[in-house]
Amino acid sequence: MEVKTPHIKAFPYEEFRDNETLEELSRQLNEGGANVVVSKLDDLINWGRSNSLWSLTFATSCCGIEFMSIGCARYDFARFGFEVTRNSPRQADLIMCAGTITNKMAPVLKRLYEQMAAPKYVVAVGGCAISGGPFKKSYHVLQGIDKIIPVDVYIPGCPPRPEALLYGMIQLQRKVKVEKFFGGANHKEKNPHPLVIDFKGMAKEKLEEVKKFIKKEIDNTWK
Amino acid sequence: MEVKVIEYKVFEQEVQALKAKGFDYLRNLTGADFLEEGLGCVYQFENTKTTENVNLKVLAEKVGEEYILPSISELYAIADFYEREVYDFLGIIFLGHPDMRRLYLRNDFVGFPLRKDYDMSETNPSNQMPEDDEKDSDFTCEYTLDEEGNLRRTEKCLWMPEDYVINIGPQHPATHGVMRYQTSLDGEVIKKIDVHAGYIHRGVEKLCELGTYQQTLAFTDRFDYLSANQNRHALCMAIEQGLGVEVTDRIKYIRTIMDELQRLDSHLLYFSCCAQDLGALTAFLYGMRDREHVLNVMEETTGGRLIQNWNRIGGVQADIDPNFVANCHLLINYLRPFFKEYHDVFGGNVIFEQRFKNVGVLSKEDAISYGCTGGTGRASNWHCDVRKRHPYAAYDKVEFDEITFTGCDSYDRYRVRIEEMEQSLRIIEQLIDNIPAGDFYVKQKPIIKVPEGMYYASVEGSRGEFGAMLISDGGKNPYRVHFRSMGLPLVAVMDHVCKGEKIADLIAISASLDYVVPDIDR
Ligand code: SF4
Repeated sequence: MEVKTPHIKAFPYEEFRDNETLEELSRQLNEGGANVVVSKLDDLINWGRSNSLWSLTFATSCCGIEFMSIGCARYDFARFGFEVTRNSPRQADLIMCAGTITNKMAPVLKRLYEQMAAPKYVVAVGGCAISGGPFKKSYHVLQGIDKIIPVDVYIPGCPPRPEALLYGMIQLQRKVKVEKFFGGANHKEKNPHPLVIDFKGMAKEKLEEVKKFIKKEIDNTWK
Repeated sequence: MEVKVIEYKVFEQEVQALKAKGFDYLRNLTGADFLEEGLGCVYQFENTKTTENVNLKVLAEKVGEEYILPSISELYAIADFYEREVYDFLGIIFLGHPDMRRLYLRNDFVGFPLRKDYDMSETNPSNQMPEDDEKDSDFTCEYTLDEEGNLRRTEKCLWMPEDYVINIGPQHPATHGVMRYQTSLDGEVIKKIDVHAGYIHRGVEKLCELGTYQQTLAFTDRFDYLSANQNRHALCMAIEQGLGVEVTDRIKYIRTIMDELQRLDSHLLYFSCCAQDLGALTAFLYGMRDREHVLNVMEETTGGRLIQNWNRIGGVQADIDPNFVANCHLLINYLRPFFKEYHDVFGGNVIFEQRFKNVGVLSKEDAISYGCTGGTGRASNWHCDVRKRHPYAAYDKVEFDEITFTGCDSYDRYRVRIEEMEQSLRIIEQLIDNIPAGDFYVKQKPIIKVPEGMYYASVEGSRGEFGAMLISDGGKNPYRVHFRSMGLPLVAVMDHVCKGEKIADLIAISASLDYVVPDIDR
């Protein structure tokens, strides 16, 4: 990413890159009573994001009851900022897939995932969501949701204990915290609808045009 | 279990005669593939006055490539859903059934999984995940025989042209799982509900046929996870009945106490969910708080919170924890005062009363015809408690009241649950200090072979009669296992009770009926 050189009167541009000057400056300000913290903007944003992960209420079976328990007084996931659950995928940050996904349900789950706004995460809760669990041999059970959507954290168990669920969510927080919001690949995933071009029987001028287009696309991606 | 085999031709008259004799409750319907004999069904009827049972087995007739049986959905309302289930899994066509569609599987599913020749391999395209969404069809069909004895299919439209149909579920926070209702509305008033089940159909009955007897047990806990112990109890009883195993009194006592603890767990969750569905978050938290205490007691003995995996064929997994008795006493003393508090914060609240009173009325006749057992049936004044009708385990040794009400509405369904919790405490109190000495497990052979025959055992689950039907051919795998679901009648009745109610009451009614979806879909 290109950064323009801003012009600030009292602060030469070179000193932006000099940590000691910055730290000295903030120390002086702190001593004078001002509340100043110097940090990366990424850290700040990720601190906020990781402590307010909103999950979609998506529970298909047994594991969903344990998901309810961690929402209640004894385990209370509000301590970690997960207490807001959303009923609409468009407002949720993550799907906590608690329960068996069957063949009939799988297209629905996929659609829910695609409806969510990025950055989005998936937590697979319980044996069923991970691999089909006890019903692996069945004719109607999807053998792990990672066959259809990318999974960030797996929480094994049948059902996992609430402590395990909390642990899994904390792992997800860690994952969120190391992401880069600015100037890096942030939770990149494969384009679900890739562009398919058929070169066969294409006119010459058209071929050139397409080549140019692809080159531009590649350049853009690698910038 | 005594089963009378009757001819296809006289079947319809026989059922009519039974109904006239007072056998008004269709307890269970099991379809099975009897190999050389062809496909067939086992019907279980009960006389609700005398608790007498009659079981009929009838084999389907073959017309061309199709198997047919006459439908009895006009006599028994629940047969509507049961027959659709049989059609779905075995492909028996019921003549004169007004709505012969699949109930669980997608309508483009190929094959009938419970037939013995169904290909279970991964290469079978039916077993693979479909890429596309299911196409909804607005049409259903009815089959009849014409004069020449050929099958005739008549298409019917499910909706009127002026119907305004909205779709609730499968991903909806208040349908208690992945249930889907297509609801047609007239303004705000519900005209018709079309139930789509099967979003969590896991094919357990087929899986049971593939495993050994011991392996079937684990699945039962995962149907209605709030009746985990009771479900497994039923299957263990059916297998023990087949093997002729007599369990000791100690086992019976432990199983009874565990079942009642499970009922407390489930009813507390019911209270919480009712509150949450109506928007009362505080009451929800109260219920969940107290539920944790029940779970603690169970966990200390069984090691599981939600799913206990505790019963096994011939007994239970291990002896009770040394603190179990003391913990139960503590629990009883802890819980007793809270029933009043629940009433104060929630049950007696005027908003709640207005949402529940006279909403979703289900008469006693309809409750029986739809087979709505459990709290729902008892709120309609039907004495349907299996613990009283067919006592099992230690229930004949304890005193407790069967709670019934005559209001037939959602509010009474709620009250039944609350008062039943007190009865559960009463049962535990009577048993806990008198657990007899003895073995907690009657030793079984490592390879269990149940003698040929049919066995049925049922228990009073948290939300109705849960039954396990076992058909054995003498081998080391069960030939056919069928579970009587507690929840299926409760969703089958949704269309009936919601008709004429407001759309907002749909959520209240389904909360009061209290079904658990994996138990319906199995
Ligand atoms: S992993 Fe176990 S507890 Fe969780 S949904 Fe599957 S069967 Fe139920």
